[in-house]
Amino acid sequence: MSNTYLKERRSESVFKALLLLSSFIIIILLFSITLTLIIESYPSIKHNGLSLLTGDIWDPVSEKYSILPFIVGTFLTSILALIISTPFSLAASLYLGEYAEGKRSSRLIKAVLDLLAGIPSIIYGFWGLMVLVPVVRKFEELIGIPPLGIGIFTASLILSIMIIPYTTSIAREVIKLVPQDIKEAAYSLGATRFEVIRDIIIPYAKSGIFAGILLSFGRAFGETMAVTMVIGNANYIPKSIFAPANTMASVIANEFAEATSDLYISTLISLGLVLLIMSLIVNSIGRFVIMKLYVK
Amino acid sequence: MEDQILTIRNLNAYFGDFHAVKNVNMTVYKNTITAIMGPSGCGKTTLIRCINRLHELTEGAYTTGEIYLKNNNILSMNPIIIRRQIGMVFQKPNPFPTMSIYDNVIAGYKINGIKMDKTEMDTIVENALKKAALWDEVKDKLKQKGAFLSGGQQQRLCIARAIAMKPEIILLDEPTSALDPKSTLKIEELLEELKKDITILIVTHNIAQAARISDYTAFMYLGELIEYDKSDKMFTNPSNPKTNEYLKGCFG
Repeated sequence: MSNTYLKERRSESVFKALLLLSSFIIIILLFSITLTLIIESYPSIKHNGLSLLTGDIWDPVSEKYSILPFIVGTFLTSILALIISTPFSLAASLYLGEYAEGKRSSRLIKAVLDLLAGIPSIIYGFWGLMVLVPVVRKFEELIGIPPLGIGIFTASLILSIMIIPYTTSIAREVIKLVPQDIKEAAYSLGATRFEVIRDIIIPYAKSGIFAGILLSFGRAFGETMAVTMVIGNANYIPKSIFAPANTMASVIANEFAEATSDLYISTLISLGLVLLIMSLIVNSIGRFVIMKLYVK
Repeated sequence: MEDQILTIRNLNAYFGDFHAVKNVNMTVYKNTITAIMGPSGCGKTTLIRCINRLHELTEGAYTTGEIYLKNNNILSMNPIIIRRQIGMVFQKPNPFPTMSIYDNVIAGYKINGIKMDKTEMDTIVENALKKAALWDEVKDKLKQKGAFLSGGQQQRLCIARAIAMKPEIILLDEPTSALDPKSTLKIEELLEELKKDITILIVTHNIAQAARISDYTAFMYLGELIEYDKSDKMFTNPSNPKTNEYLKGCFG
């Protein structure tokens, strides 16, 4: 009797140790990826120093490396994508979380959103090249600027389409969480549905919606393939939102294969390190806001 | 006899196929407290939710019959207009969590886009909070969030929010069931005071509460209005044997 008990206890503790180990590996993964990037960036940091962040010339041939154009490109495309997508996401999430909550149409749209989120980014890139680029070119002709079709604006458009499912899903969840009794209290005072949304639902769900936007921002920030295909791959600080440019991720994808010198490779890796740190910061803020939301 | 203010005629309420309120007829008198009691699920909450048309917000819910506020049939009016004239206080205290105490009280005006100057708003807020017996406790923290108040204070804030709109009637749906005895007593005293200006309809499953505060009492069972009479009569000499059984605690 006591023998089987001991045996059971032993297998229990072995099992627990296995689970713990697997979980621990996750932490080691993040740590070792960061460590690799830091070590591999060292030659670049030593050679470029602060001019990596302050200069504005990226010229691998003369070994002048400044990543500022790509930081600007990344922020510009991501912020523009947020500006374009947020109104749509907000409207869709209000419909799904408030108007159609529980109805068949809501479930259908939710399923389609999940499918959209699962489309490989290379497909978005193809679609952007074949459909968006000609459309943007026409638009550029119309407003009288060089009709390139590719550039920051096109990249932002494709990004905004890619992040709509993320913002919408998160915003829908928090809008659903608004308690029925405070909505009813507003109705009982004579509020219309629009007034309930404006004065009750949005103020209540505000921080959650903000977190959703931030997480989508993190996603847009690091998106690589689709952006690389339509952004035009120019290594200057962009002069307008229609100019060709590069983001941190797109320049790595575009140039890594042809980077010949050790310094060139190391510089691209240091660019990756900066991208990783910035993404971690953006994601952490988003998660922190969501966490605070659920604790209360 | 008091003036009639609310007349309910052949009222039926449904949730889809479920018949929740069955052919109710009753008259509510001005400046009285009318209690509606009965066991859980008897339709008492649904009945008062028909009066301010909240019932129909539920998917698939509808009503038939007539409810007259003075001479207007509520059921054929614009629900937005009706709800400004009939206030409601809910079972669980539900001040708007994102708003300050002050903004909670004035919320009805703000939500409806009624413009007025600061002094006018201040007067409304002060009067409503005084009537709700909350002014002395919160006058120094009007800018704080209502969620920091105790349960009883939150419920009085909800009463202030409802009466700030100067309604003809307020509906209270088991307003003290989530509160301790002391807060309950305070709200009961408050209602006695309020009935001078406003007609009060209160749903309760607390028989003692109905006996303590109401002038008229309605007893509902399985969606039907079994008996409706002056409280004095109802609690001493009910005409319907069902009422008698309920009062003796045989079911419910």
